[in-house]
Amino acid sequence: MTGYALRRLGGGLLVLFLLTVAVYALFYVAPGDPAKLACGPRCNPGQIQQVRERLELDAPVLTQYLHFLQGLVAGRDFSSGTAVLHCDAPCLGLSYQNSSPVTELLADRLPVTASLALGSMVLWLLLGVGTGLLSALRRGGTTERVLTGLTLAGTATPVFITGLLLLMVFCAYLQWLPFPSYVPLSEDPEQWAWNLLLPWTALALLESAKYARLTRSSTLETLAEDHIRTFRAYGVRERSVVTRHALRGALPPVIALTALDLGTMFGGAMLTEELFGLPGIGQLLVHSVRVVDLPVVVGVVLGTGAAVIVANVVADVLHALADRRVALT
Amino acid sequence: MTSPQADAALPPHEVTPARKGTVWRRLRQRPAAVLSAAVLIVLVLLALGAPLLAALEGQDPTTYHDDLIDSARGGVPLGSYGGISADHWLGVEPGTGRDMFARLLYGARVSLLIALGATAVQVLIGVVVGLAAGLGNRLADQVLSRFTEVLTALPMLVIAISLTAIVPADFPRPLLLVLVIGLLSWFGTSRIVRARTLALKKLDHVAAARLGGAGPLRVARRELLPSLAAPVITYAAVLVPGNIVVEASLSFLGIGVRPPTASWGQMLSTATTWFRADPVYVLLPAGFLLVTVLAFTVLGDVVRTALDPRERSRLRIGTRAGRKEKPPKKEKHDVREKREKEAVV
Repeated sequence: MTGYALRRLGGGLLVLFLLTVAVYALFYVAPGDPAKLACGPRCNPGQIQQVRERLELDAPVLTQYLHFLQGLVAGRDFSSGTAVLHCDAPCLGLSYQNSSPVTELLADRLPVTASLALGSMVLWLLLGVGTGLLSALRRGGTTERVLTGLTLAGTATPVFITGLLLLMVFCAYLQWLPFPSYVPLSEDPEQWAWNLLLPWTALALLESAKYARLTRSSTLETLAEDHIRTFRAYGVRERSVVTRHALRGALPPVIALTALDLGTMFGGAMLTEELFGLPGIGQLLVHSVRVVDLPVVVGVVLGTGAAVIVANVVADVLHALADRRVALT
Repeated sequence: MTSPQADAALPPHEVTPARKGTVWRRLRQRPAAVLSAAVLIVLVLLALGAPLLAALEGQDPTTYHDDLIDSARGGVPLGSYGGISADHWLGVEPGTGRDMFARLLYGARVSLLIALGATAVQVLIGVVVGLAAGLGNRLADQVLSRFTEVLTALPMLVIAISLTAIVPADFPRPLLLVLVIGLLSWFGTSRIVRARTLALKKLDHVAAARLGGAGPLRVARRELLPSLAAPVITYAAVLVPGNIVVEASLSFLGIGVRPPTASWGQMLSTATTWFRADPVYVLLPAGFLLVTVLAFTVLGDVVRTALDPRERSRLRIGTRAGRKEKPPKKEKHDVREKREKEAVV
């Protein structure tokens, strides 16, 4: 088991390293002059030259990349003629916009994205696993047809449409909820939850459709297995067969998928954050793309990539822990 | 003709694709197919005829009408239901007074053009990579398969959005979107093509062609592509609705086509500030987008089952097979494959 986990981790680290190479090559060697971008639109050639020196853009690409890696591992200093800006490890560079370290920007926004992702995860698991289980047990009936239709609608509807409809009903028409504005959990847990309720719901409605499908097929598979037939033959009550045995066999893939989705979402649920005005990582990325703030864009891509790769490893290991057959292959 | 051994080694449907007539008959038998096809035909006609229909209405998508919006109330359209009138069939846009009917139709052009273009890119890359992996030697296959696997795991939407940052501003936007969305997810196609190629390679006619000295290009074109068409078309049909959603999402984030070109996603993005005052402005583009995506989704599912009846309908709409469906065969779950169409959050 430990060996399996280590192998997965090793593979993950290798992919992460390749990702830094690819991302670095793509963004800093791409057409366009990073110095001009960093300096802003009203810079004269002299100022651009200064920026170029500060960012070491004249050095060979490989040297630049090695410095970038060094910053990631050990931190690095940026001198801007007079002052020296220190950037702690893991350093992803300084924002072109306001010269603050990218790592700091990401860390500031992480709690928002985490609140959004974890809260909606609870909702989508309840909704999705519940729906999937119900439609597996009522197979062939009207209930299943209705649920299948709802699931289809859920997958096909983009999150910003669901969100807008929720806003129209609950904010504008019924006026039960305020237009969401983020309140940190540490400040006021009650307001935090009220404000996040709509984003959570919008995201959960989209995600739960996928989970309903997965739970349904995985439950049906488990119910068709021999040991379930044996339990039934022994006269174990149906409720116990379903909750104690079938569900247990059906859950490992759901757990693995949850880990993967959480990983992706930590890179920012861009659409949800943009719609509800939540200052999370996704919003940071969208803003940085609009103003071409390359270090921040690269930082978000690498951060998300790391989150996804870690999530992949965690998903594999959780899956193997929940279903020992997986690790054997 | 194939040898008995090859027949035994392959499920029959991989050797003989469904005949054309059969496919049409199967398609016609499902009301959901007919309905969604009808919806899509109407939509394509609306998109193609956008300039004509707008002229018929007497409007165009870019003219501002300050006299039709209530500047005292921040620019809400005058009149009920978003300013619907004989002159403006679907009302006007809040804030600008531009004609909604014309903008929605022009938006359909953007949506369909980019989604279909991106699908073409995905299919093209997928087929080339899949064929290369399937026909190449062991090393090529290993490298390409690993590469595909790694890319599947990465957050492609984040990367695609980021790529738009480094592209020069004068690069044509629609083409950029087609390329970015196309590069986003060709992995599914390449996986399918690779698997089919490996299976087809064992057939006699392919082996004969190779022994006869045909190079890989000729083998791919003459012997493989005809048999690959059905699965590839099927998969492409499934890709289209996802691409429409991605285009709308990028436009929603302000990374889509540039104003004043109309697009549904951009309208919905503007609508986030208008949903209280002018609900019609939310509902119209949302309705158009949803109907389009649903119609493509249903049609994709129907095409899949019609080309290969052994596949179960995933949606089970308007088919009796759903009721008699047997429990799925036991197979190991690969969660990653379930994620092929990554949800756009």
